[in-house]
Formats: sequence, C-alpha cells, structure tokens
Amino acid sequence: MYNIVIVGVGGQGTLLASKILGQLAMNNGYDVRVSEVHGMSQRGGSVVTYVRISNDQPLYSSIVEQGQADIVLAFENLEALRALPYLKKDGTIVINTQEILPMPVITGATAYPADCLARVEAEAKTVEINAVEIAHECGTYRAANVVLMGVVAKKLPFSVEEWHKAIEQCVKPKFLEINLNAFDRGYSYND
Amino acid sequence: MSLHGLATPKEDNQLKQLLLGNEAIARGAYEAGVRVSSAYPGTPSTEINENVANYPEIYSEWAPNEKVAVEVALGAAVSGARSLACMKHVGLNVAADPFFTATYTGVNAGMVVVVADDPGMHSSQNEQDTRMLARASHAPVLDPSSSQECKDFLKMAYDISEEYDTPVILRVTTRIAHARTLVELEDRVERPLREYKRDIKKYVSMPANMIGRHLYVEEREKKLAEAANTLPINKIEWADTKVGVVTTGAAYNYVKEAMPTASVLKLGLAYPMPRKLIEEFASKVETLYVIEDMEPFYEDTIKAWGIKCSGKDLTGVQGELFMHKIANKFNGEEPVGPMNTQGIPARPPVLCPGCPHRGLYHVLGKLKLTVCSDIGCYTLGALPPLSGVDTCVCMGASIGMAHGMEKARGHEQAKKTVAVLGDSTFCHSGLTGLLNMAYNRAVGTVIVADNSITGMTGHQNNPANGKDIHGDPTVALDIVKLCDAMGIKHVRIVDPFDLKELEKVVREETERDELSVIISRRPCALIVKQPGIPYVSDPDKCRNCGMCLKIGCPAIRKTETGVAIDPTQCVGCGLCQQLCHFGALHTEA
Repeated sequence: MYNIVIVGVGGQGTLLASKILGQLAMNNGYDVRVSEVHGMSQRGGSVVTYVRISNDQPLYSSIVEQGQADIVLAFENLEALRALPYLKKDGTIVINTQEILPMPVITGATAYPADCLARVEAEAKTVEINAVEIAHECGTYRAANVVLMGVVAKKLPFSVEEWHKAIEQCVKPKFLEINLNAFDRGYSYND
Repeated sequence: MSLHGLATPKEDNQLKQLLLGNEAIARGAYEAGVRVSSAYPGTPSTEINENVANYPEIYSEWAPNEKVAVEVALGAAVSGARSLACMKHVGLNVAADPFFTATYTGVNAGMVVVVADDPGMHSSQNEQDTRMLARASHAPVLDPSSSQECKDFLKMAYDISEEYDTPVILRVTTRIAHARTLVELEDRVERPLREYKRDIKKYVSMPANMIGRHLYVEEREKKLAEAANTLPINKIEWADTKVGVVTTGAAYNYVKEAMPTASVLKLGLAYPMPRKLIEEFASKVETLYVIEDMEPFYEDTIKAWGIKCSGKDLTGVQGELFMHKIANKFNGEEPVGPMNTQGIPARPPVLCPGCPHRGLYHVLGKLKLTVCSDIGCYTLGALPPLSGVDTCVCMGASIGMAHGMEKARGHEQAKKTVAVLGDSTFCHSGLTGLLNMAYNRAVGTVIVADNSITGMTGHQNNPANGKDIHGDPTVALDIVKLCDAMGIKHVRIVDPFDLKELEKVVREETERDELSVIISRRPCALIVKQPGIPYVSDPDKCRNCGMCLKIGCPAIRKTETGVAIDPTQCVGCGLCQQLCHFGALHTEA
C-alpha cells in the first residue's frame, strides 16, 4: 500500500498528476482511492489531493492523514513545508522548487519563510527539482506536473512502460509527446 | 492544466473505471434509464450534471436555480420519465418549496434529487445536514460510501421512488462526491415512458386533496421503515461485540480503518431508519457508538428509542470526521494533529490575475461604500487587501439586504450602500429581489458583476451568457431590457477595467434618490482565450509606494528595489498601470 499526498497552489495541475497515478494503479490491478479538491480553494489557494493505492490490504478512507504518507509531492516550496506533517518517518518529499507568494505575503502582513526548504530538508528525505524549467525545455512549463511524475515513478513499483501507458490514457493526444518527454526527463533526474 | 485537458474516460471494453462519486452518479443516471436531468451548479455537486451532459440519451440542462430544477424533474417524472435534479445542500433550501409537496403528490416514473453536503465547509457557507430536511419532508434518503455505491444506490433510489411513489434523495458529502474509486460499469436499461393520466386528487395540491395524500405519506413511510430492516444496503458487519458502531457515508470508511475490531451497522438508507435492525444490533454489543458526519441524526432517534449510545458528545458537530479523530475519541488512541502550521503563512484563495471583480472592489473600497455582496468568486473581495465586503449570506441576498438597510436607515444609508452579485447569481435569485426594490420605490444601487459565466463552480454557462449546457447558442437574458421592464430608469454598463469611468458611474448612481442598476461587464479572466502581454516594472521609475499592491493581484510582489511582476501569472489586464502615479508599469511590447 502507498499513501501519496500531492500539494500545490490552485491552477498548478495537481489534478492531472493524481489522475495519472490513479489510472496507473488501476491498470496494474491495485485498489485506488483519490480525493480531490474542487471549488473555492482552486482559486489560487492551497490545494491538497490524496492518492491511496493498494494491492495487499483493503482501502476505505479516501484521505491520507497526518503521518501516513509514503510520498509527498509538493508543487511549491511553502506548500512543501505546510504538508510536511503528512509524511511518515521514512517517507520522501519531492519538491518542485518554485515560490508562489500567498496574498498575506504580497500585502506584507507576513513574510515568506526564507528557510522553507532548509526546514523541510532537516526533517525528511527530500528530492528537489526545478520541474518548471525542465518542462519549459520540453515545450511548455505546464508539463511540470508530468516531470514530477517522472521523479515519483522511481519510488513506486511500476515500469516505465506502464507509466507511459497511463499518461497516454490521461492526456490529449496532441500533448502526448511533450508529456512523455517531460516524464522521461523527470525519471532520469539525478537526485 | 487546460493545455493538457483531462481526457474523458475511455469506454473501450474497460468495465472498471476510476470515477469521482459525482461521475458515478451521472453514470448511474445513464444506466438507470433517466431521461431528464436539471441542475444548478454548486460545489460539491457540479460535476454530476456536467457528466450527465455527456450522455446523449439524457436530456440535460442548467436551470437558473434549484427550485426550477426540482420542478422540471417533477414534471418529467409525473409525465412518465425517470428524472434527476442535482444541487448542493443549500440548493435544497431553494428547492424546498416544490420538494416538500412533491413528497405528497408522489411521482409516476422515478425521481431522484441528489444533494451534496459539505461537512467542514470546504466551499460552502454552512454545514447543514440534508438528512434533516429529508426527514422533515418525509423523503427517503440514501447515503453512499464510495463511487460504486453512488452508482448502485442511485439505481436503487429509482426503484424505491417507483415502488413507494415518492421522490428520493441521494445524499453525498464532499469526500464521497470528490473521491475517485473503482466502479464497475453496466449497460443502460431503457425505460419506456410510463403512461400519464390526469389525476387531480394526486397532483393538484389543494387542501382537500392533500389531506388524503398526507395520510398516504404516513403509511408509505411506515412501510418503507419496515422494509428497511431487511434492505441489503442496511447491513451488519459482525466482528468483536464489545463495541458496535452505527455509521453511514464517509464516516463508515474512517470507522473501518480506525476501529477494525468493532462490529459495524452501516445504514445505506439513512431515512427512514430500520428500528428492529438497530435494536437487534444494539442488544448484541456491549457499547454502542453512533458515528456520523454533521448532525446527531441517527443518534437522537436511537436515544429516543431508549437505547443507550454516544457519539456527538465525544466529537461535537462542527467539521468533518476523519480516521485519527475517530481512533482518538472512540478507540482511546493518542490524539494526532492538528497539523502544526506555526510560522507558515496561510494561502487563502484569491481573485485570479486579470479578474474583472478586482477593479470593481477597488473602486467600491475607494468610495468607502457598504457592500452587500453575494455568493460567487466575488465573495473573495472580502479578503485582504481588498477587504471590501460587508455581508454575504445566500444566493441573491445582496439585493434584499441592501434594500432592507435602506428601509431601516433611510436614503442617506442607501447612498452609501451597493448590492453586488454576479450574472449567474442574479439569474438564480436576484431578479425577484430587484423587482421588489422597483415595486417598493427603493433608493439604491445594484451592481451586476457580469463576467459571462458561473465562475466559482468551474465555468458553467447560465441564462445570461447565451450558451446552454453543451455550449450551444441560445437566447441570453438582456439585463438592460429586464430592468426597463421593471420600470428601473437608470441602467449603466461599464467596463470594470476602466477604473476612472467605473468610479464616475458608481458615484453618479449612488448619489441618486432613485433605483439604479450598474452592469459591470467583462468576461472572466479564465475564459478569455488570449491573455494579454504581461506587464513589467521599470526599476528606475518605481518608487515602491505600494499603490499597485492595494488591488491584491497575486502576480505583483514587493521587493527591496521596487515591485516585480511574475510573467507566468500576469495576463496583462493593466489594472496596476492605472494605479501607478509614476508610469513605472508597462508592457514590454
């Protein structure tokens, strides 16, 4: 069983990431629970998606709770810090090293913690990657979510072929090549 | 994400699919032979009708509000077609009028109303429990725990509806509606239209007729309560009998993980409740807990039957249940959480870069007006730095409340007050409030923030934007002509990105001793296909005065040397440029 938490800022493409993961697990005979966030927080707020996959024990709950996550995938530095408590003791957090300022920082009510990544590194096994830059090299910064899937893929028991198949099932054909390329770049990322 | 788009699930010989609860409900409607579906969008229910629209076998539509949706579904059912209406919990309040009498008239073909509750208020203004309204209206209500159950229970709801001649509620909560779990697909079973016959005693809700129907409702409810004792969706899962748990919906999932040794009575039919089954279960366990999201709906009834149990005394009513909470409160485990968020700035939702509402709230704030706002993206104008909303209660309340303030405090108050609501909310519940103002000689200003879409729920078409649920062209409500027909003399249309003009118009209209309507018109930034060229800040000219930061644009940040604009977020709306006194902001082109 794997519990995965995907966090980011509304509009970053976290839903596609959870969709690919769910599809992949289903293709491989796993039971799957995915919990998505729709509505108000999608408007630039913190968003959290939970993915639970299992081929050895029954799943009931669709949410991952504090201390239960094998993997946290964070699309943004501050959200990585916020999501840290989800992680199991020996879990891994994968971070797309991007800073998106929340409104209380923009208005000057509070400051963006300068030591965000250091605080995460001090507490957990961390993989940091500038997925936006890599995605941009692949053709569009919007494929950053699939670059990150490539990084996560190395922590999960599925073959590259299976990942490619799941991506093909989840993205529109005209963006398939960019996305497969983005995945491979993430997969070959040296952490 | 829009670039990738989410491909629609592929049908090719894939019998199992990973579906949202809401997608599974849509699929259930398809398989159950539903012919007519009407809904108003509302989180967490919106995706149901969006997905129903993908099945050409079902006529689907966006109704202007939930009351209309339920009336449409009732008409379709009475005339012989299986029908569906979908809404969020507060939508049922709007639809309560037809619904509470539809349980008397009954249906002909099956009718189901899907109502999505939002414990924890992820995207809602209250935490009302639909089961309470179901009981008050004497409607059966089913409560699924997974996407598979969403589909199966919906189909069963149609059978119950037809067997017991009543509309039935399928109640879901956010964690069921917005969770993806595996669903086995089946084929659609076509249902021929049932015969329609005039039946005055049944369908005409005059007092003399409805006395008989009320007696029928009582009888029907007793029969279903009896049948509930052996209904397969009310099931006991025996384990250790030291602890027994009565539970339902999402709470069932958490109970199964938090209390694996407990015996569980899962109530798939939440109302009417199976008394014999519950009594039998209670008699065989040493300690009985009732674990349910929201109100003590089962618990109060079980206690009223003289059965000792506990539940809400341990958890309270506010907020969602979750696994750790149940393990702590009912299984004696160490508490986990809440998560430590100290020193981590919150990230509240914001108006998007390029949002037309931003200009409007900037001007209303500058003029220091009292703002009776409404339900929609523009409610976000209440958050800093705009902090520009006085009230927001329910769909359409902006107009009624602004009118009430004027009648209570006089014309001078009216000149300092505006009502603000979106185009979709105006169509939903604003028209009658505006008519009330016109009819009762109101002094006041109503601003329709017309962004040509139902925004917050994810961009659904509405009666004011000229497109139907499929995106096909249809008539668009002409708000100007509507106001004219109501006898409103002053109607202005203004672009909220033209701050000077907007300010002038708002000043002029609020100063009048009459009723005015301002249509603040510009499409939602997320539906504009071609974003503009991003702005940049000229460090030589920027004096870091912070003027442009007042509009709360997420693309603008303050640095030590002046403001910086994030080119990946800026859509080139130019609002910031209008605020800059030093000409520091411009496009690179």
